[in-house]
Amino acid sequence: MSTYEPPIFEYSAPGKIGVNLPTLDVPPAELPVGLLRDDGLAALPELTEPEVIRHFTRLSQRNMCIDTTFYPLGSCTMKWNPKLHEEVARLPGFANAHPLQGDALSQGALALMDDLQGLLAEISGFDAVSLQPAAGAQGELTGILVFRAYHRQRGEAHRSEILVPDSAHGTNPATAAIAGYTVVEVKSDADGNVDLDDLRARLSPRTAGLMLTNPNTLGLFEQHVRDVARLVHDAGGLVYGDGANFNAILGIVKPGEVGFDFMHYNLHKTFTTPHGGGGPGSGAVGCSAALAPFLPGPRVRRRADDPTRFESFVPEQSIGRMKTFHGNFGMLVRAWTYIRTLGAAGLREVSETAVLNANYVQARLRHVYPPAVDRLCMHETVLRGQIAGAPGVRTLDIAKRLIDYGFHPPTVYFPLIVPEALMIEPTETESRRTLDAFIDAMLAIAEEARHDPSLLHEAPHATPVRRLDEVRAARQPVLCYDAAALARLREAALAETH
Amino acid sequence: MSHYIALTADEREQMLATIGVADVAGLFASVPAEVRFPPLRLPEPMSEIALRRALGQRAGRNASADRLSVFLGAGAYHHFVPSAIDQIVRRGEFYTAYTPYQPEVSQGTLQAIFEYQSLICALTGMDVANASHYDGGTALAEAAVMAVAVARRRQRVIVAPGINPQYRAVMQTLLQGTSIELVSDDRPSASLDDAVALVDDRTAALIVQSPDFYGRMHDLRSVATRVHAAGALLVQHFDPIALGLFQTPGEIGADIATAEGQPLGVGLNFGGPYLGVFCCNRKYVHKIAGRLVGLTNDVDGREGYVLTLRAREQDIRRERATSNICTNQGLMALAAAVYLSLLGRNGLRRVAELCYHRAHYAAAQIAGLPGYTVDQSAPFFKEFVVGCPRPVADINAALLERGIVGGYDLGADDPRRERQMLLCVTEMNDRAEIDALVATLGAL
Ligand SMILES: Cc1ncc(COP(=O)(O)O)c(C=O)c1O
Repeated sequence: MSTYEPPIFEYSAPGKIGVNLPTLDVPPAELPVGLLRDDGLAALPELTEPEVIRHFTRLSQRNMCIDTTFYPLGSCTMKWNPKLHEEVARLPGFANAHPLQGDALSQGALALMDDLQGLLAEISGFDAVSLQPAAGAQGELTGILVFRAYHRQRGEAHRSEILVPDSAHGTNPATAAIAGYTVVEVKSDADGNVDLDDLRARLSPRTAGLMLTNPNTLGLFEQHVRDVARLVHDAGGLVYGDGANFNAILGIVKPGEVGFDFMHYNLHKTFTTPHGGGGPGSGAVGCSAALAPFLPGPRVRRRADDPTRFESFVPEQSIGRMKTFHGNFGMLVRAWTYIRTLGAAGLREVSETAVLNANYVQARLRHVYPPAVDRLCMHETVLRGQIAGAPGVRTLDIAKRLIDYGFHPPTVYFPLIVPEALMIEPTETESRRTLDAFIDAMLAIAEEARHDPSLLHEAPHATPVRRLDEVRAARQPVLCYDAAALARLREAALAETH
Repeated sequence: MSHYIALTADEREQMLATIGVADVAGLFASVPAEVRFPPLRLPEPMSEIALRRALGQRAGRNASADRLSVFLGAGAYHHFVPSAIDQIVRRGEFYTAYTPYQPEVSQGTLQAIFEYQSLICALTGMDVANASHYDGGTALAEAAVMAVAVARRRQRVIVAPGINPQYRAVMQTLLQGTSIELVSDDRPSASLDDAVALVDDRTAALIVQSPDFYGRMHDLRSVATRVHAAGALLVQHFDPIALGLFQTPGEIGADIATAEGQPLGVGLNFGGPYLGVFCCNRKYVHKIAGRLVGLTNDVDGREGYVLTLRAREQDIRRERATSNICTNQGLMALAAAVYLSLLGRNGLRRVAELCYHRAHYAAAQIAGLPGYTVDQSAPFFKEFVVGCPRPVADINAALLERGIVGGYDLGADDPRRERQMLLCVTEMNDRAEIDALVATLGAL
């Protein structure tokens, strides 16, 4: 990894520019003097194209990524991002299409969207799909707003509670609260399933629905999923599926067939649209026929008068529009390409292999890193970073030491119900050789933890920076370039080394 | 076996033996047998060659800005995207990484986001920018939420006339479960002043778009003073390219500023992925949604970057969080950072000048055509409203025959605006294109 790279502002010098722009070819118009900005954009830097490219290329070299590194970040499905996808999403007819040019001029894009709606519906066993939500969290909000509209339409606006298991991702309770619901937590049992007794106790005439992740965040399939769904339905509630872990069940089971009324897909996980260093994602949603009229719009369908042509439409009782335009369309092109590359057998192979890989890692590590629940897992395993004979070592230390061995750490400290959680999701695209190297590293780290724990406490050793002072970052926040703050920091560093 | 999967049959057998199950199906015993292994009725898989051909054909069925002259804006803009941007965005080190939870191995992403935040602050004159929202519309909805969180007991948010109707729709959708009351004056004659007059002691914020949906620029300095005097916040939704010339949200005293960041080096992409720009006054930093990157040092004193003020976010605050955002539009924020670095102060001003002067040239030419009028009641930047002698749909059909994508049909959303077209002129439309547009309009 490249060594120090200064902030881009430090390369700036007056008069430089990094683009080749046309000259003005029309007579200049008068400018409205009172509306002009008066700082002359002085805070923006001035650089050439080579300077900009070199700077950002050097920054890129300070990242771990899937293209270079095993990245078993649990719950995030860091699988291979196919290179074809980057080509086709940039086809000029997709990349340069204006979202308001109208259906007649957008038939290629609409055809792809109609197709993808159908493919996702088939894979998950739902009746209808909307591609609009921008990410998983937006898919969740879409679902809970749809539940709300459904209950209101049936005169049941008094349903004011959403049940959320204690193992859920933070977006689930946050979503329910933002949609205006009271969040009621449901406990997990010793097998990692929803505790059915606790669920029964929490269900009431106030229940609007349950948000369930399946496989759940412990990496386990909810064995009683149909009982859970039946209980919620009997209470008049609806079941929301957080599809973050859909990678485990392609061709294995359809959520629409085990009682889910609504689910979001993370196209950026299961359908391998790249994570982009934080986004963009795509949180397409699927649902039952009963909920379809409430989906956000526009959606896409074949025209009734001419089935070779496509149109966008807003469902009758739509909750509205979750974002501008048609969703993260570029991600839809990639997801479509992925499904059409693999087909039914290929998708099933994805899940079978993802689950095989995770179980292999679990089987070889469970004697040293105790699993949160010791049973066969699905696409990820949640272990505890509690190594016998190494009381001073924490999950964080193990994660940082893995970096020294050349691996991206797993997700840590999630789910919250597991102490010292290490959530490992290898994905299906990793080879046996990579898995073995990772397992060997984990085992070696456990040995180090017992005999030379400082190796862990001081890790990582060879990265461009080592452990960072997060307390300082939060106490004296510097959130944008500030030459004075940087100078202070550099002075302090200098003082310390002398 | 697909070309994305590396396990051989032998390896699978060995791994199953290590796990202690007989076959792969044995891994799925926890899935109820009656619903296990359902058939998927999907089309046959395709080769890369066939996929490229099929997608090439599909893409070819869309109108696209590389083959046509585009005068359509209305929230998505055909601006220049320098070649250098995609070279960076396409680096696997950036696009195949995720949220930088492990700062030691994510300094590239973290520093790039920090620089994005810094460049947005430099552009807008605001104190703090976050690491992005999904798009301009969702950023604006988050601004309403934040304003109400800041104002505590005030639940009202006034939306000034001239807001992009899609933004209004997004706000209404996203806020429907909250106690926030969106108020607007929908009379056709309503002005910005009327909206300011609505600000009272129940009002958390006034939201103003400037340049507004119809292209008009408003002087917001006095608006800010009046809004603040009433104890409310001012939220400005701005066009980032306009800031190459015109007053910034920071200068006018906006408390929160949002934008659709797509013009900053992100292509049209049929509407997404785009970039939600969000900035605010530093007083409110603890109420901001989304991710923030801050500067700090490591154990050896070296400068470095981390995600910071994390206690605001959903993974920690759960049902007490004010936003559920997790995945954002990070790669688009990177594109915007590269864009702003390449253009810098000199390039951005020139792009803004090209837009402004060419738009005014086009407006003047069109105003001279018999039967057409141009709304000159307020200063405009790159968009303006043209009154047409015939239905806009007819005009656009005729323009298309000449390879021109005409303006947005305002009558389609608002019957009071029948025969009004919103035209957009950017640095992509040279004089020859504008002349061809004017000639075609004149010949109708
Ligand atoms: C289990 C689970 N649910 C929901 C989400 C939220 O999805 P997104 O980040 O796409 O908004 C995540 C993502 O990180 C997740 O792991």
